[in-house]
Amino acid sequence: MGGLERMDIHEYHAKELLAGYGVPIQPGKVAFSADQASFAASELGGWHWAVKAQIHSGARGKAGGIKLCRTYHEVRDAAEAMLGRKLVTQQTGPAGKIVQRVYVEVAEKFERELYFGIVLDRKVERVRIIASAQGGMDIEEIARTAPDSLLQIIVEPAVGLLPFQAREIAFGLGLNLKQVSRAVAAILGAYRAFRDLDASMLEINPLVVTKDDRVLALDAKMSFDDNALFRHSEVAEMRDLAQEDPREAEASQDNLSYVGLTGDIGCIINGAGLAMATMDTIKYAGGEPANFLDVGGGASPERVAKAFKLVLSDANVKVVLVNIFAGINRCDWVAQGVIQAVRDIGIKVPLVVRLAGTNETEGRQIIALSGLPIISAETLAEAAEKSVAAARDSVANARGAAAGGAP
Amino acid sequence: MSILIDETTPIIVQGFTGEKASFHAREMIAYGTRVVGGVTPGKGGQVHLGLPVFNTVKDAVQATGATASLAFVPPAYAADSLMEAADAGLKLVCTITDGIPAQDMIRVKRYLMRYPKERRTLLVGPNCAGIISAGKAMLGIMPGHIYRRGSVGIVSRSGTLGYEAAAQMNALGIGQTTSVGIGGDPINGSSFLDHLMLFEQDPETTAVVMIGEIGGPQEAEASKWVKEHMSKPVIGYVAGLTAPKGRRMGHAGAIISNAGDSAAEKAEIMKSFGLTVAPSASQLGATVADVLRRSAR
Repeated sequence: MGGLERMDIHEYHAKELLAGYGVPIQPGKVAFSADQASFAASELGGWHWAVKAQIHSGARGKAGGIKLCRTYHEVRDAAEAMLGRKLVTQQTGPAGKIVQRVYVEVAEKFERELYFGIVLDRKVERVRIIASAQGGMDIEEIARTAPDSLLQIIVEPAVGLLPFQAREIAFGLGLNLKQVSRAVAAILGAYRAFRDLDASMLEINPLVVTKDDRVLALDAKMSFDDNALFRHSEVAEMRDLAQEDPREAEASQDNLSYVGLTGDIGCIINGAGLAMATMDTIKYAGGEPANFLDVGGGASPERVAKAFKLVLSDANVKVVLVNIFAGINRCDWVAQGVIQAVRDIGIKVPLVVRLAGTNETEGRQIIALSGLPIISAETLAEAAEKSVAAARDSVANARGAAAGGAP
Repeated sequence: MSILIDETTPIIVQGFTGEKASFHAREMIAYGTRVVGGVTPGKGGQVHLGLPVFNTVKDAVQATGATASLAFVPPAYAADSLMEAADAGLKLVCTITDGIPAQDMIRVKRYLMRYPKERRTLLVGPNCAGIISAGKAMLGIMPGHIYRRGSVGIVSRSGTLGYEAAAQMNALGIGQTTSVGIGGDPINGSSFLDHLMLFEQDPETTAVVMIGEIGGPQEAEASKWVKEHMSKPVIGYVAGLTAPKGRRMGHAGAIISNAGDSAAEKAEIMKSFGLTVAPSASQLGATVADVLRRSAR
């Protein structure tokens, strides 16, 4: 059921891949400790180095995740300050992301900063190349403040990106002849990497032009289509689970699709569309969903049990709602799976179950005869309303208990 | 009438001899679908479920006169099988397969365009529940018994949410002509618009339910067409009001990344083009009933 999210990789991994396709980068090394970082600088040589926190987020510079250093000592201190800390950027959200590795790169003076990106465009159902002479800013900001600077090319899938298109971009960016030929090679290389490795997003921001007319990828971000990872094991190995939400990462290992939210009604539902619709119905009934969880069409007892564990690992959950519309599945099997899970895990919050579709009467009967305190619902509306009511009761009870007067 | 398929449509199953394909082929046959054979490369000449197996789609079409197929092929080989079906001249191909790489789908869609419009294959899916013309034929994996013959068309990204809509309608005595699942992938074979156009031409369909999701431009594009060209009422719904921006909600395509991608924005767009939008997924049936009552007046 596509348990994996889109897979992001670190900057240094993206650069490693791009370099393999002829995109010029500066010499650099990854380091997991401060000592390793200063040693990397001495191995790389040069006079100045950039120490860059490796997290799955852009906007690191403004958040203190990139430091320019003049001595090995400064490199060491910069790495020391970053490693093991949480970095909060505009893109990470308030929780931030932990820095477990830094990239030490030989710093280079540059004259111009450009933007270069490649995306899968749903609207035209093609690959779109975007470039701008306004590098360094994020693309939405460029689109807002300098829309005329945006150069765009749609790639014809039968032939791929053509040299003339890369030239159009290079000349459009106002490069001189020497720079143009180098930029064309870099652009075509980046496109080949995108196509051959089944990327879904590639961003080189900034793509810089040096004093001696070289064109370099100063930063690089790549995301991959998880549906295609089966044919790119070298890319799949670049996955860094530490950069992902632990519960979502665990869910994806079990091939469940889970997204944590901030409400208190835990949801276990089959089908992504029905899952979203059920969450919306909870909201419509005055409640807040705690998560999105698609158990998939199978919804076998094992998967249901895993789903319960995942949902209950969220301390905010006050009620669990199971909503299964059985198509090729059967409600009686699902009911048995739910009962098994409840007995094995021993759930302590109210449970609302709505079963519909194939063998729904049998399924409901199994739930009713189980002797377990399960709240049964027949329709989607009823399921949402009963969950919201149970969540309210549980809040009221907790307040009453805190006041010492609960029945 | 109905759209896409009925009890006379000759259908083959690609990946016929696989376990899941066999199970669903049996279900389709039991529902009354005219399955005439199947394709599994290397097993040509065998008989499976009492039907002939062919090595290639071309062979199958030549021998059986099939015009539609259900492609039950693993993601890594799916694109190839879809292009094979298009090349063999099938009018309709539906694929259930979940997990086809997006760049493969770009190539498939480009490949379909190499044929002139009159003989171009209509692709439904991937990652969908399929197509069912109530009481007539089923090209997919849905539970056939939840659909009832009637006059409302359904087109939905989500499979189970499509079932939910049908069940709510049935409870109010409203049946369906055809229900189509277009799938949850970012790049899919056919869009809401493709099917709304077919429903508009179908004399038996009197209203259509369009069930969208967050992400992508297809709901907006279809709604605009409804306003400009459609004579029949369309009831809309968009799942994902509670979905946070930038997070993928199960389906590969269900992610809010651009302006206009959110459920609230899409519902507003639908309303602005004259669609009746169900206020909640639990009100789908009631909203359809309301619209039918009003248009009967």
